[in-house]
Amino acid sequence: MTATSTLVTGDGLEDRTSVPPRRRRGARDFFGRLPIRLLIAVLLIIEVYPMVWMFLGSFKTQSEFLNEPFWSLPQSWSFENYIEVFTVGEFGTYIKNSIIAVFPSLAIILVFGAAAGFALEVMVWKGRGTVLLLFLAGIMVPAQMILLPLFSIYFQTGLTGSLWPLILTYTAIGMPLTVFMMATFFRAVPREIFEASTLDGASILRSFWSVGLPLVRNALFTVGLVQFFFLWNDLLIALTFTTSSELRTIQVGLLNFTGQYGAVQYGPTFAAIAVNVFGTLLIYLFLNQQVMKGLTAGSVKG
Amino acid sequence: MHTVLGDKRAIFVLLGPALLVYSVIMLFPIIWSLYYTVQDGNPIVGFEFNGIQNFVTFFQDPAAWQALAFTLQYAIVLTILQVGVGYLLSLLYVFWLRRASGLIRTIVFFPVVLPTVAIALLFQRLFEAAPTTGPVNSLLNAFGIASVDWFGTPAAAFWIIILMDLWRSMGFYAVLLYAGLVDIPEDIIESARIDGAAGWKLIRNIVLPLSLPVFLSSLIFSINGTLKVFDTVVALTAGGPGNATTPLTLYMFRTSFSYGEYGYGSTIALMLTILCLLFTVFIFRSTRRDLTKEGAL
Repeated sequence: MTATSTLVTGDGLEDRTSVPPRRRRGARDFFGRLPIRLLIAVLLIIEVYPMVWMFLGSFKTQSEFLNEPFWSLPQSWSFENYIEVFTVGEFGTYIKNSIIAVFPSLAIILVFGAAAGFALEVMVWKGRGTVLLLFLAGIMVPAQMILLPLFSIYFQTGLTGSLWPLILTYTAIGMPLTVFMMATFFRAVPREIFEASTLDGASILRSFWSVGLPLVRNALFTVGLVQFFFLWNDLLIALTFTTSSELRTIQVGLLNFTGQYGAVQYGPTFAAIAVNVFGTLLIYLFLNQQVMKGLTAGSVKG
Repeated sequence: MHTVLGDKRAIFVLLGPALLVYSVIMLFPIIWSLYYTVQDGNPIVGFEFNGIQNFVTFFQDPAAWQALAFTLQYAIVLTILQVGVGYLLSLLYVFWLRRASGLIRTIVFFPVVLPTVAIALLFQRLFEAAPTTGPVNSLLNAFGIASVDWFGTPAAAFWIIILMDLWRSMGFYAVLLYAGLVDIPEDIIESARIDGAAGWKLIRNIVLPLSLPVFLSSLIFSINGTLKVFDTVVALTAGGPGNATTPLTLYMFRTSFSYGEYGYGSTIALMLTILCLLFTVFIFRSTRRDLTKEGAL
């Protein structure tokens, strides 16, 4: 035991490679690591507790909120608050609007973006560097720059008052990052593959569809996830182009939720937050590795 | 062979749709927005050319200066905190938790995927003073400190905004920086250790310089994101108390859509764009090495 050369000094840098099997579970080891363990415990509580509190709160009644301390458990597990969210709060409509606005945009972004990425990275032509830079510029410019002209355009073409402004704006605003990421992914595919498929008689469009797309299937999925989170959680664009309450997306609906009653209705508010959080949280629970990889790769968006 | 990969018609078919959508809905409006900055009015009452009047107004408008000051203060404080705390977390992952860090990484990361509006409403309740006492004030009361009206004073409201965004983003920056740290070759760390470097010395002299590229790109992402803050402020404080926590983005939004001043709104948006560019260039310039390659992804 004592023959291991590993020093335990508390900063733990010494055994990064940990060549000898770490069998030591002695008192010194335990107390040496105690501060770190405490730190991690505090970190986890800070991250997870608000979610637990939200979940418990969504089952409490108004009087429980006003009279019981914050750590009390709900007295009954009734779904009344959730029912109120969907009846009085019209969250069903908001969720439907969000789905109608986000998913068609997402599909168009992925197909157009992958095609453009292919054209910019696999195809050989003059000026493709310039076009890629043109797309990159769109990542840097704040969305505030395009809101006012778009508002005029949608107003003059009579699109205001429908979900079209959201679908169109989402499609465009997701394009630069998608094109950029897809180009990066196609860069990793050897060009010989496409040369071989064209030698076998496939047209270049066919090569893209039947060879290129399946090769970047995983990347497409990752980019799709990233864009889904950006669009689903968007507030600025939804707030700008939502001209009537029937057009509210889930984020705009939640923002206006507390104002509807005058005094804050705690239970329904917590249930509404829970409903909003639930979708993204569920996706993250199942796909956390892809989400982490995608979001950090897509962080050029800033 | 290049004749096939250079097929003009195929390039047009593949690139055309994306470029068309992007040009019509982003590039064209950006240019149009520049044109608005020398106009006065809105689409309903019509526009009138007024030269550089909007820019003059911007520099003489106390509300604009206040919004600019808040934006800068928020962006600088939050960038330092989220990259700093993210870096500490990533060091924790790499050097203390090592292979066991997967679960912790996943848990600390998750708030970044949650909708800002939902988190903001939750934080309003967490820091509530009346009519119910939220968890934070309850804890203060337990230590004999009176409840604080967090959203009633500008300074407290500012720190709540910072705190909420830090809570949301630190796990994200930790994973981003973690990717840079695990790329440092093991033998460099090993040989430095043999040479007697340990603890803080090892981090300062070996780890920090080697992870500089990813550190700087994190700074650039962070400053670009924080200068554009909108959702957090709108949902958490609505710019208040008064206008104390109103950033440029929200001021632009109100100017344009509440007061119908499209020209002035576009001018504020342009100022914000220039601010983002200046900061990005400044961070790039402040390093001697060319980081464009690593910085891209």
